[in-house]
Amino acid sequence: MLPSRFDYHRPETLDEALRLLAELEDAKILAGGQSLIPVMKLRFAAPAHLIDINRIPGLDGIEPSGGGLRIGALVRHNEMVSSDAVAGFPMLAAAAPQIADPIVRNLGSVGGSLAHADPAGDWGAVMLAAGAAVTLRSARGERELPIGEFLVDVFTTALEPDEILTHVTVPAAGGSSGGTYLKLERKIGDFATVGAAVQLEMSNGTIGRAGIALTGVGNTNVHATEAEASLAGAEPNEDAFAEAGRLAAAASNPVSDVRGSADYKRHVVDVFVRRGLARAAEGARAA
Amino acid sequence: MQITVTVNGAERSADVEPRLLLVHFIREVLELTGTHVGCDTTSCGACTVLLDGVPVKSCTMFGVQADGRSITSVEGLAQNGNLHPVQADGRSLTTVEGLKQDGQLDRMQEAFKEMHGLQCGFCTPAMMLVAKALLDRNPAPSNEDVRWAISGNICRCTGYMNIVKAIQAAAGASVPAQA
Repeated sequence: MLPSRFDYHRPETLDEALRLLAELEDAKILAGGQSLIPVMKLRFAAPAHLIDINRIPGLDGIEPSGGGLRIGALVRHNEMVSSDAVAGFPMLAAAAPQIADPIVRNLGSVGGSLAHADPAGDWGAVMLAAGAAVTLRSARGERELPIGEFLVDVFTTALEPDEILTHVTVPAAGGSSGGTYLKLERKIGDFATVGAAVQLEMSNGTIGRAGIALTGVGNTNVHATEAEASLAGAEPNEDAFAEAGRLAAAASNPVSDVRGSADYKRHVVDVFVRRGLARAAEGARAA
Repeated sequence: MQITVTVNGAERSADVEPRLLLVHFIREVLELTGTHVGCDTTSCGACTVLLDGVPVKSCTMFGVQADGRSITSVEGLAQNGNLHPVQADGRSLTTVEGLKQDGQLDRMQEAFKEMHGLQCGFCTPAMMLVAKALLDRNPAPSNEDVRWAISGNICRCTGYMNIVKAIQAAAGASVPAQA
């Protein structure tokens, strides 16, 4: 399969990339390419210009930042798997090795995955549950957006045509915290049938902030805010987790497809949120 | 666009369209057909090559992205660059015995042959490259490490058992005759 013709640009600096992006009509950023190239081969996307940012210094690297993490847009999924800094964030560490397959993870990037905004993408749910923000840069300046405002619709983000996502900022989890990412997939490398990202921050035996978001069950990754709210101040017990599971399932909006019926997926959301919360609470107690 | 890629240790230059996929650059421009096109949708891993030592799916990368970088394909596995003409001509592992006449097989190729790590051979070049990258990083992998490493590569013949055994044999692990 061959993509449509395009002009290829390989800037050496971020400023040059931003200038190209502002000047060129119908340009796309090429990061890891593990989503963009497949959709170009199928000609779902046929940009006139590709701006390859892979050789721009400063867009990679995972840096501890104020107890949280600053993740460069070009950080590959497998760097998230092997990073010592990420190991301190159990929900992120659980998600990283479940993304795509080991070879795709060598090229696919965190920033590219978020900017692609596939509702079946895993990082969107993880970043929603973590309360992360993305930094967007253009020749006009820089702005930071909460991930919930960044993910707008299927394959649609708040990125303006002249903007590049430069990094993701994951805040520190307060108190003693735990989290995980549960993913149901037919085989390694398949998109999630359902995914659930769960994080709990505990203090004095009760739940402070809960983060819950879902993969593959809506037009974007679904932020289960009612389920989160139901847990604030609650004791971490089975009843509280069951109620959160029920609310998360109600917030999901899956469609029936080859991976399962809508009812089945909603059921999996319920089970995964309950199970994930129990594991997160266990992790928080051990932390 | 003019690109120069170090392929199996030798610099190769060509003028290519930006939309030319790396796998087509390798197979059609360089005529190294040991790298296979399987699913063409980033699923099966048959097109895997090592880019600066790291496994990538060459159907999901443009040739121009490899400009100035280094690639190892299955043809690069035989030591001393002593390729058998048949191999350079585009056959891969099914002709692997022929390699003995001219060149020396890589340890991984020997192990796949000895342990019957292949049946039809279509997935084999990629399996061996992924395995080589694994052993470069982890010289004594567990069976689980091996299975994890090849989980992006599909084999429809072997059931993977002998592939795992072959990789363990290449790692120098003692492998039971029957498992």
